[in-house]
Amino acid sequence: MTEPAVSLQEVRFAYRGGAPVLDIPNLHVARGERLFLHGPSGSGKTTLLGLIAGVLSPTAGRVQVLGSDLGAMGSAERDRFRAAHVGYVFQMFNLIPYLSVRENITLPARLSKPRRARLGGAEPNAEAARLAAGLEIDARLDAPISELSVGQQQRVAVARALIGAPELIVCDEPTSALDADRRDRFLELLFASVAAAGSTLVFVSHDLALAERFGRTVALGQVNRASRVVAA
Amino acid sequence: MFLVSLAWRSLRARFTISLLTVSSIALSVALLIGIEHLRVGVRESFAGTIRGTDLIVGARGGTTQVLLSTVFGMATPSGSISWDTYERWKAHPAVAWTIPYSLGDSHRGFRVIGTTEEFFTRYRFRDQSVTFASGRAPSTDREVAIGHEVAQRLGYALGAEVVLAHGIAEVSFAEHEVHPFTVVGIIARTSTPIDRALYVTLAGLTEMHAAEQERGGGLMMGPPSEHAHDEAPITAFLLGTKNRFETLQLQREMNEDRTEPLTAIIPGVALAQLWDVVGNAEQALRLVSLFTLLVGLLGMCVALYASLESRRREMAVLRAIGAGPRSIVALLVSESALLALSGAVLGVLLVYVGLAVAAGPVEARYGFALGVSGLARTEWIFLGMVVFAGTLVGLVPAWKAYRSSLADGLSVKV
Repeated sequence: MTEPAVSLQEVRFAYRGGAPVLDIPNLHVARGERLFLHGPSGSGKTTLLGLIAGVLSPTAGRVQVLGSDLGAMGSAERDRFRAAHVGYVFQMFNLIPYLSVRENITLPARLSKPRRARLGGAEPNAEAARLAAGLEIDARLDAPISELSVGQQQRVAVARALIGAPELIVCDEPTSALDADRRDRFLELLFASVAAAGSTLVFVSHDLALAERFGRTVALGQVNRASRVVAA
Repeated sequence: MFLVSLAWRSLRARFTISLLTVSSIALSVALLIGIEHLRVGVRESFAGTIRGTDLIVGARGGTTQVLLSTVFGMATPSGSISWDTYERWKAHPAVAWTIPYSLGDSHRGFRVIGTTEEFFTRYRFRDQSVTFASGRAPSTDREVAIGHEVAQRLGYALGAEVVLAHGIAEVSFAEHEVHPFTVVGIIARTSTPIDRALYVTLAGLTEMHAAEQERGGGLMMGPPSEHAHDEAPITAFLLGTKNRFETLQLQREMNEDRTEPLTAIIPGVALAQLWDVVGNAEQALRLVSLFTLLVGLLGMCVALYASLESRRREMAVLRAIGAGPRSIVALLVSESALLALSGAVLGVLLVYVGLAVAAGPVEARYGFALGVSGLARTEWIFLGMVVFAGTLVGLVPAWKAYRSSLADGLSVKV
């Protein structure tokens, strides 16, 4: 348990045929840490999260998550690993429109056996209800996704990432659609839930105002050599 | 099971497109099964027109001619057979029974046939014998039994007096000159050419000719002899052998006999030969329905594939939160299997509703029975093929879904 939650070494990434987007010599996130990663739009934040979650593969270098080398895994293996250990809150929420709130939240537990095992014997539905209560959406558990407000959808996405208490939670600009009041409330709920699950949090945003609430803040521009090259 | 329920929810969410896809498959299936039912119905009606008769014997002529002029009541007979010859073969040791069959004039478009009691007891179609909806067989030379369609179309009831001789009904003649028949029996519907004929005794038929000859005057061949009805030639006769294995031997004997040139045919063989000619249309029908099915399946593939384009994100999300390749394939294959299965079930339902509605009118109008029977083995095979092909079709979008990269799907902007 001494390995960092996330470790990137000499990671370079370029979209097919394009200029390098990321060139990160070194980035570590300790277990239990709450890391705020900021940078302007288009600076490669989502790409970095994609690499950490194993959605993308680096052009060069090594990405380790919870001590496992993602590059050594096949794509199906990476899918399984992600399902078991990583909760991903997407920028666009990516909820399944034809399922109810409860069904969306329990989806990872139903699709991934290791994730279900992490519930420790609890019923997925009961666990969903518990998470929903923490995020104050328990009144809408049976509502179809389309009837929810943006803020509620965001919290459903968080609950889905949190079910089964994965070791690593990555959030991609989840507050971009919220006003300041709702944003603060959302962060409170998120932190409380992450703390309760004992997860590591990597949170990406362009909104520096949020930085003070996190344990550590990293500007992507500082760790990414590619952006300096472009800037120069 | 979770994936199947997920597939079901996803299909329901795209209700209109799913319904259209299912409908197109259902229509193809209905057409395929419907045509198959129709084909079998027509063929069985055709093959079942005559059963249990071992040989049909007519004057020397073509096989088809003998068959058509007797069983189907079409075409002109090849000639006639003398009563002596008939009697001689009737007494042949291999022969168990015979039905003489003498073709008279037509009555308002329907054929009048002279025969004996044997016809009503021995003749078999589709393993049934001739039964009466009301009344009985004619027994005197003034009695007639009529087919179902004759009764319907001409509105004859039991006890009706019918003037059978050709043309007489239109021209007024003294009562005693014509030979009126009384309808004593109406034959229950057989869905065979029997429905379109009138049956009198051999004596009745002779009387009918005699009446006509008296009236025609000039063309008379001499006064009818007292035993005219016993000795008048007949058109053909049907026979059953005592031992079926003797049929071929008897057929050869008859065809080679020099006393009077005859043609003896085996009904089953002749029917099969005739069906070969008609049967090409059957193959064409089958081909058309198979192509329809192909188009239906292709439509399903297109619908699934097109929906996939708009669901790239959904697929990517499912993968991102833990659905492995197998789950994605299972999801899409379950979807297409569900579509194909509902299409097949709906299609079969359509066929049965169609059959229930159409069977009566079709039988009345075209004279063949559309049995509302269960699905035949070939039909089950067709259905199996539809569901199997439908399921396979799902593999195409499934393969495509898994191959397109995860990041690609996640970055689709809505």
